Amino acid sequence: MCLAIPGKIESIQGDDPLTRMGKVDFGGILKEACLACVPEAKVGDYVIVHVGFALSRLDEEEAGKVFEYLKQMQELDELKAGGP
Amino acid sequence: MISFPRSLGLSSDEPNANDMKFLDEYRDGELARQLAREVHRITTKPWNIMEICGGQTHAIVKFGIDELLPGQITLIHGPGCPVCVTPLETIDKALDIAARPGVIFASFGDMLRVPGSTTDLLSVKAKGGDVRIVYSPLDAVKLAEQSPAREVVFFGVGFETTAPATAMAVFQAAQKGLKNFSMLISHVLVPPAIEALMSSPNCRVQGFLAAGHVCTVMGFEEYLPIAAKHRVPIVVTGFEPLDILQGILMVVQQLESGRAEVENQYSRSVRREGNQPAQELIRKIFKVVHRKWRGVGEIPGSGLGLNDAYAAFDAEKKFGLADHRVEEPKECLSGLVLQGLKKPHECPAFGTKCTPEHPLGATMVSSEGACAAYYRYRRQPAAAT
Repeated sequence: MCLAIPGKIESIQGDDPLTRMGKVDFGGILKEACLACVPEAKVGDYVIVHVGFALSRLDEEEAGKVFEYLKQMQELDELKAGGP
Repeated sequence: MISFPRSLGLSSDEPNANDMKFLDEYRDGELARQLAREVHRITTKPWNIMEICGGQTHAIVKFGIDELLPGQITLIHGPGCPVCVTPLETIDKALDIAARPGVIFASFGDMLRVPGSTTDLLSVKAKGGDVRIVYSPLDAVKLAEQSPAREVVFFGVGFETTAPATAMAVFQAAQKGLKNFSMLISHVLVPPAIEALMSSPNCRVQGFLAAGHVCTVMGFEEYLPIAAKHRVPIVVTGFEPLDILQGILMVVQQLESGRAEVENQYSRSVRREGNQPAQELIRKIFKVVHRKWRGVGEIPGSGLGLNDAYAAFDAEKKFGLADHRVEEPKECLSGLVLQGLKKPHECPAFGTKCTPEHPLGATMVSSEGACAAYYRYRRQPAAAT
């Protein structure tokens, strides 16, 4: 029920912060979403959408952290494996 | 050796899974195994960890994440499924309203098969009630605008995740001056439920995965006093396999080193302070109220109801149902399942008298209910091919 899916904002309609709507692309499917609570979101940004309502703008830098962590872990493992 | 279920890393039953940035990369089977190996490496003692959210329960069972973990780690499935915890009396109120002539009853699809005392919304619809599935609460406001001669009632259920959208629907209806729109509200809040769980003498939970989308809205500061008071690690966690495994790893790291802090695994979506405009919207429309949870009972301060300024949109008042009370029958174990005291298959009715087609309790109805997830993915473990 708290299912919320990331999608890319394709276009934005309206200037009033409380009624701002956007067309959001979810892997090829376009749907309308209310952008009232993500005033910082622009066209091209990814937002998390739940029941037609954008809850947050995704942070690309934070999104990569788990992969950096895993890469460091791999390098550590290789170092240990390559040790004396 | 550790064996890994083949389901992991495959997402073929998801439409458009090929092309979903911020989803696909978090389903990588090899990286998931790497995280699982790290959990194995650091685990020295048995630990019980609860995932609060039904969406996480669904992902854990679907991808077989629990089967990747060391035997010492037990995942306890929490009460975070709003469909499951909506009290029987509220379902009965929905059924009452939906059957009235002149009403359009709008609801999320998952509520239609939840059993009330005698029937469900789908049956009311089959008998001529105008019950409509909507994707968004905002669609229900549009329905009210388009149908001025009808009373449109939206079934407002959900956790903090859904509350901003529900609040926006009420706000828009008020702005538009709609007199034919109202809501039957059963909104629930997570932190009071965690507090109630931790205060129970039967509680076995030693660490929590907090629900990533609830915290996207609310942030995680309200979890700091809970972690400190009960000495439990709480890790705000996302919904994809890598998220969940990393969340579990972070909880186990804390447990193994004797820490009890609030950490944020789902930082691509969750900020410490949450979404401020969304919280303002919630505060404008709603106030905190006591709320009954199906199978659990009343939890103080665990729900949202309409503020007095928006009382005209309260369907219970509009339809004279505010004093309606129903006692829950003891026909199934869903209350114990929701508290993590029983696993679904420990119920004698599981898969026999109780199935998703003929559910006895709500945890079998919603796809995020623990019983339905076990039924769908674990019904015949021995016969799996």
